[in-house]
Amino acid sequence: MKTQNQRAWFFVLPVLLLVAFNALIPMMTVVNYSVQETFGNNVFFWEGVRWFEELLNSERFHAALGRQFLFTGIILAIEVPLGIAIALAMPRSGPWVPVCLVLMALPMLIPWNVVGAMWNIFALPDIGLLGYFMNTTLGIDYDMTQNPFAAWATIITMDVWHWTSLVVLLSYAGLVSIPDAYYQAAKIDGASNWSVFRYIQLPKMKQVLTIAILLRFMDSFNIYTEVFVMTGGGPGNSTTFLSIDLVKIALGQFDLGPAAAMSLIYFAITLLVSWLFYTLMTKDDAK
Amino acid sequence: MTITLNNITKVVAGQTHIKPTSLSFQTGHFNVLLGETGAGKTSLIKLMAGLDPIASGTIEMDGQDVTKLTTQKRNISLVHQFFVNYPHMTVFDNIASPLRVAGMAKSEIQGRVEDAADILQLRPMLHRRPHELSGGQQQRTALARAIAKESQAVFLDEPLANLDYKLREELREQLPELFAGRGAVVVYATSEPEEALLLGGSTALMDDGNVVQFGPTAEIYRNPKTLMAAKVFSDPPINVAKVSKRGNTLTMGQSAKWDAASLNDTPDGTYHIAVRPHHVTPTPSPANTVALEGKILVTELSGSESSAHFAMPDANWVSLAHGVHPYQVGEDHPFYLDPSACLLFSEDGQIVAGGGA
Repeated sequence: MKTQNQRAWFFVLPVLLLVAFNALIPMMTVVNYSVQETFGNNVFFWEGVRWFEELLNSERFHAALGRQFLFTGIILAIEVPLGIAIALAMPRSGPWVPVCLVLMALPMLIPWNVVGAMWNIFALPDIGLLGYFMNTTLGIDYDMTQNPFAAWATIITMDVWHWTSLVVLLSYAGLVSIPDAYYQAAKIDGASNWSVFRYIQLPKMKQVLTIAILLRFMDSFNIYTEVFVMTGGGPGNSTTFLSIDLVKIALGQFDLGPAAAMSLIYFAITLLVSWLFYTLMTKDDAK
Repeated sequence: MTITLNNITKVVAGQTHIKPTSLSFQTGHFNVLLGETGAGKTSLIKLMAGLDPIASGTIEMDGQDVTKLTTQKRNISLVHQFFVNYPHMTVFDNIASPLRVAGMAKSEIQGRVEDAADILQLRPMLHRRPHELSGGQQQRTALARAIAKESQAVFLDEPLANLDYKLREELREQLPELFAGRGAVVVYATSEPEEALLLGGSTALMDDGNVVQFGPTAEIYRNPKTLMAAKVFSDPPINVAKVSKRGNTLTMGQSAKWDAASLNDTPDGTYHIAVRPHHVTPTPSPANTVALEGKILVTELSGSESSAHFAMPDANWVSLAHGVHPYQVGEDHPFYLDPSACLLFSEDGQIVAGGGA
């Protein structure tokens, strides 16, 4: 038995190497930067926890973090119920099933930057379909490069269009695994549609929904590409989410130390929230 | 409480699954639906439960027309052949679920669930999940839910079919007491004639979407109106053969011949006789007088009974007798028929004479 266990390490080694190069070493580099100051030329000065202290006390970071949580909160509040509702409305059998599934999967297959470019053009006030329709047909002053509210609304609509399908497909997978007998039993119990949803469908979807919410949280919390292409963080700083701000600090101002500290805090927040959520959702099952 | 079906039918995609059916189920005894798999028992139950739409006819419960009512509004319970319990709920919550939906007070739910659990010996399992229970306990949970709900109608769709033999016997014995005095109409579907005899106050024999006969169980067992009814209500299968009648004499095959004095008024001609396997014995007796020549095909011993399938020139029959008989497969063996136990049917399958045995 013991020799077998030792041999297992040998098989894990390649993966370990791979993880080391794509995660651990870059991560350590970031840790290295986060406690030092550099002016290029590979010259470093020790700074200790200064960047962390500064960042945690910086209003700019608080504002970006606030925008990030607000954005992610809105995204989850829209996409999760909407995704479940669409999954409930989709047919369980028949010729329309594959049609619905393909239609649903389509937005997810488009690359992030293409999605950003598409929506950017879509929203242009003079030639974009959406922009033109809003301004000329409806007479609403709509320009996401000028109006923060328009920028938020457009980015949220874009994300809902792009990623609600993920929630739909996962919920749908949970729904079709429920045998007819449960629906019949619920009907005989006298259950209303709401009780059927609350006591049969929702519990059956719980596991896939946990995954869906987790993925949507992490993705929307780390959103970068689409926002960069669509608004670049503007107008003003109104759509400067954490990732946009991070890139501005790291590549715009070339403050590698503060940027590295911010990356670590950003990562820690994502990890912490995901872990908390996952632990809460799976607590009952472990009992 | 009664359930009355007036000419109800079920049609799916142009195919008639249930032909026009009129029945009246009463409270106070078990109403058995007996028929083979595919005879329409489950279909009929689903129609009564409102789970499937009826194509025509009406259903009344206690004189009230419920045809248009949804399942939710009919006060019913259903226990399936396979065990349906909500997997994420404890046994307690499973039994309580219809009561919670009805908005009953917590204290009353507690009392009702505990009563039902006591009757079905589930008290120690109340806080377990269904997957932690044996098949018998799972099915008892489903039965407890039906009992706790105190519904007007309880449909049991082959509830014992997936249980092992011993549990099945045990639960079958308990079933009639469980529902006695509860005022609910109990409809019990089964494919086993023996179960109908053990349980049934009244039985509806079903075949191919038709109710072929309905009445008090013992009565329709003794007096089937048609050959089909006799076939449905017999296990092992009832023995059937063609006979010709001339005067008072019935002739079957080459050699078997006997007098039937009670057939004076029946015209001469060709008929079918049907006789249950236990009226065909390997040894003669004062009742079993008509000798048949058979060749043994298959023999089975079950407990204290021996059955033998034997071939005659124009029919294969089964004999069922007490005791252990030393049959040899392939040997020629005489069997003896009790002529007074024979049912005589016309060629189109209507009863002509016999019965009461």
